[in-house]
Amino acid sequence: MNRFNTEDLPVTDRVKKLIADLFEKLPEIEADRAVLITESYKRTENMPIIKRRALAFKNILENIPITIRDMELVVGSATKAPRGCQVFPEYSYEWLEAEFDTVETREADPFYISEETKAKLREVYPYWKGKTTSDLAEAYMAPETKLAIEHNIFTPGNYFYNGIGHVTVDYGKIIKIGYKGLMNEAAAALSKLNVYDADYSERKEFLEAVIISCDAAITYTKRYAELARKEAKSCGDSARAAELLQIAQNCQSAPENGAKTFYEACQCFWFIQMLLQVESSGHSISPGRFDQYMYPYYKADIEAGRITRPFAQELVDCIWVKLNDLNKVRDAASAEGFAGYSLFQNLIAGGQTREGLDATNDMSFICIQASMHTLLPAPSFSVRVWNGTPNEFMIKAAELTRTGIGLPAYYNDEVIIPALMSRGIPLEDALDYNIIGCVEPQTPHKTDGWHDAAFFNMCRPLEMVFSNGVDKGVQIGPMTGNVEDFKTFDEFLNAYKTQMQYFIQLMVNADNAIDTAHAKRCPLPFQSSMVEDCIGRGKSMQEGGALYNFTGPQGFGIANMTDALYAVKTLVYDKKLVTITEYKDALEHNFGKGMTKKAAAAATAEVVERLRAGGKTADEKTVGNIARMFLENSVCTPEQKAKYDKLLDLIENVEKYGNDLEDIDMFAREVAYIYTKELPKYKNPRGGIFQAGLYPVSANVPLGEQTGATPDGRLANTPVADGVGPFSGKDQFGPTAAANSVSMLDHAMASNGTLYNQKFHPSALAGQSGLQSFADYIRAFFDKKGMHMQFNVVSRDTLIDAQKHPEKYKSLVVRVAGYSALFTTLSRSLQDDIINRTEQTFGM
Amino acid sequence: MQDLLKETGRIFDIQRYSIHDGPGIRTIVFLKGCALRCRWCCNPESQSFEVQRMLFGGKEEIMGYDVTVEEVLGAVKKDMFYYRRSGGGVTLSGGEAMLQPRFATALLAACRYEGINTAIETTGIAKWEVIEQFLPLLDYILMDIKHMDSKKHEEYTKQPNTEILKHAVMIAQSGANLTIRTPVIPGFNDTPEEIDAIAEFTKSLPGEHRLHLLPYHRLGEDKYKGLGRDYYYEGLPPMDMKRMEPLLKAAQSFGVEAQIGG
Repeated sequence: MNRFNTEDLPVTDRVKKLIADLFEKLPEIEADRAVLITESYKRTENMPIIKRRALAFKNILENIPITIRDMELVVGSATKAPRGCQVFPEYSYEWLEAEFDTVETREADPFYISEETKAKLREVYPYWKGKTTSDLAEAYMAPETKLAIEHNIFTPGNYFYNGIGHVTVDYGKIIKIGYKGLMNEAAAALSKLNVYDADYSERKEFLEAVIISCDAAITYTKRYAELARKEAKSCGDSARAAELLQIAQNCQSAPENGAKTFYEACQCFWFIQMLLQVESSGHSISPGRFDQYMYPYYKADIEAGRITRPFAQELVDCIWVKLNDLNKVRDAASAEGFAGYSLFQNLIAGGQTREGLDATNDMSFICIQASMHTLLPAPSFSVRVWNGTPNEFMIKAAELTRTGIGLPAYYNDEVIIPALMSRGIPLEDALDYNIIGCVEPQTPHKTDGWHDAAFFNMCRPLEMVFSNGVDKGVQIGPMTGNVEDFKTFDEFLNAYKTQMQYFIQLMVNADNAIDTAHAKRCPLPFQSSMVEDCIGRGKSMQEGGALYNFTGPQGFGIANMTDALYAVKTLVYDKKLVTITEYKDALEHNFGKGMTKKAAAAATAEVVERLRAGGKTADEKTVGNIARMFLENSVCTPEQKAKYDKLLDLIENVEKYGNDLEDIDMFAREVAYIYTKELPKYKNPRGGIFQAGLYPVSANVPLGEQTGATPDGRLANTPVADGVGPFSGKDQFGPTAAANSVSMLDHAMASNGTLYNQKFHPSALAGQSGLQSFADYIRAFFDKKGMHMQFNVVSRDTLIDAQKHPEKYKSLVVRVAGYSALFTTLSRSLQDDIINRTEQTFGM
Repeated sequence: MQDLLKETGRIFDIQRYSIHDGPGIRTIVFLKGCALRCRWCCNPESQSFEVQRMLFGGKEEIMGYDVTVEEVLGAVKKDMFYYRRSGGGVTLSGGEAMLQPRFATALLAACRYEGINTAIETTGIAKWEVIEQFLPLLDYILMDIKHMDSKKHEEYTKQPNTEILKHAVMIAQSGANLTIRTPVIPGFNDTPEEIDAIAEFTKSLPGEHRLHLLPYHRLGEDKYKGLGRDYYYEGLPPMDMKRMEPLLKAAQSFGVEAQIGG
């Protein structure tokens, strides 16, 4: 007998329609929340901030427009328009005001905004001048920190402009006891306070704020019950009317008092998830172990015959769709770093229980199926893998990978659990981990992880080694000495370490300044009520109410820095084939190559601006000449260019990270330590420590644009390596060799998460045996102490793109029996064969 | 063991994460030199024992280099974790590995010593005394039967099939874990009758054995150009998968466990 029901279920027409409706139009910005919070703030100026936050939340939930979308089974929308977003002026607003006229037409994540909305926002914005978290954070930051940010060494922009998010609340508990249950807990804590306690006022204010917020949530859910009843009455379709009455019943009591059925639990879950994203603009609000806390309701209903498996599947599909109904507008620069409208609502299935038993259940399979049905970016779906993970679960997950949507992400229990324990988390809580946002592991509903605290570009400090800390004429880093004077590689490496340490310290300062600003200006009573031990400690998460506190800024560029430092070591100091002066000269001239189009345009604009400022005019011809100079690097003589080409050849022949070569892979491990071992030395204001992540989300592209040429041969302004993987095109021995290199890093030391993306040709996942080998491959990488793996199974379109841009796909291997080749080395007609074959290999 | 490690042989490639040439995730070691000259061969650089120059992807590459068992073993061992999880291991291919028997058997014995699963992909053309030395060192054998008609076989591969068929029977008799592989080539063996004959032969072998039908592709075409050779099937499109289905059905009708692809 099978342990699990793994049978495929078809996707329903309803789910297809919900998806089609959701993506019909460009997402829209709405002003209701901004108006309502401003209204409330104006009325509460003299109250404690935590109370003001609760009353504002109440004002929003009592008055914000609500809507039930056509054919929905699970309801609750933060905006009238599908996939719309509200605005959060308490965090920052100036950027949006400045982008009012471009936000609709920008390349990354455009949003429609009506003139009416603009007018409403213009009306409320003046109130917020000087009152936002970003205003206060800026006031807290050291001047040298601001300078480093200005020069793009790191960017803490995410929390500087927005809420924190990055939390998994206690969904299971709230679904069970309802908001009323939470109010009772707060009331009980309140009754235990003594007026003479030193922290009486703060605790009292917090607990009252919790009660107001939960009460507001109940009001909101009852508004939905009423709306559903009203719509049922006027609904001409009797089947839909019955559905609406069921929805009304689900919203009427369950969110307040707790769910009794699976359907009610689904509705309760959704209210929690969406209301968190009305309270603050933080992203990565992650549902976590959905299969664990939802399964008891499913099991009970199935056993009692109250629900069928297909209907339960449809409900979960509906939740998956709803997760895509939420949205967030970011500033133009951040939108590029987080491209894809993503809110990173990470939902994870499988793994182990708190007792170390296998946790896979039928709901785990329903989750995978829901992602296969919807094929949408949300939730960011993950699976936990441990030695006892059932094979059928791995195979089902591999089937999802094969669809090419880049999900699920696979996580290794055997590395993550000890990594969390090394940060002071007890075994049971470590066993219960889930993933936040992109790749960040933590204990659910007990942690304020402040994951994603900043992007740290590991390449920039190396530039500072060559310039003795000077960037664009300004001394922004320490003076580590004239690079030409370094006699040994150790001296060179020490200078890099000094630069790294200095900027890491400034990043700590930036994060702590922002952290404090959030505690002072935007504590979140609703979110905090669902995280341990805020009620017990009588304070919000932002003030240190959670049991476990971390700050996790992520470094990226590990492959570039490994290859770069290794090339300098080999060519300059070991083999003495080139001098450091020659290297420096080549880097300054971008190896004689022209700038990228975008960088050339920016540089041209800067020169023209300077000319104009100097009172000179620049006609079209002059501008064209300047642009051409940047594009072609015509300041370099042909002799110079030839010399630089020779250096590039030398660099090309030095060993590269990603090829399973022990020497350089061990070197990579040490380079990563320069970042990962430094961070835990520092503390945050919530009583926790810093911990490193190694991943860039998609910031390796925009932040690469602000990075000069690097000694690994990477040209100026081009993307930096993605995650912990080899630099694009540098790995040449297939997936096992690349994975072996990656596994040589100390992933546990990067306890805020590492990210390893791989591209696979679908031929590798063809048939049952292909799926099995793929699953075995993941397990073997995890045996080698890899932490995370995510796959991009290339589609026909990607292969067509690879024909146009072979440089981006240099490592893509195509395999058939007894034959394999790098796709980009094949002639055009053979590539076409492969492209034609791509569609049909699944059946084999 | 030390003696085995010092044996040398000539190979032209080591390919990791191979999942179509024997069970699990495997590393294929391609040995240079073959007795057959199949018109469709997708690895033409494998045929001559001599070291050759080949233009590939715009660069000249040297095809063929001499290595010790120790060196190859080092490369093969890099993927131990993957073999262990998947039941994979090493596969010797070619060319024809049995034409370098001292090196190939030493390599197989060394792999066995390390606990690595061993397989071979062979044409079956070698002296029986040589084949006999290989058998105890192999966990899995992939053997090509390209055509049952000896004349046609010789016309397309430059060798008759008599020895091959005889050796297939003897290998099966030895109790080896054997899979018959048939590259399905348009105009050569792509009729149900021709595939039937191979399936019938497979069924007649002592023990239970599988049949893998590998559809023709022309992915080796560039290599012929790179070697300065003409490609017999130039311009012939790859096998349409729709045409493979009836052939598979034909093969299965004999009660043979058959599949498309490796």
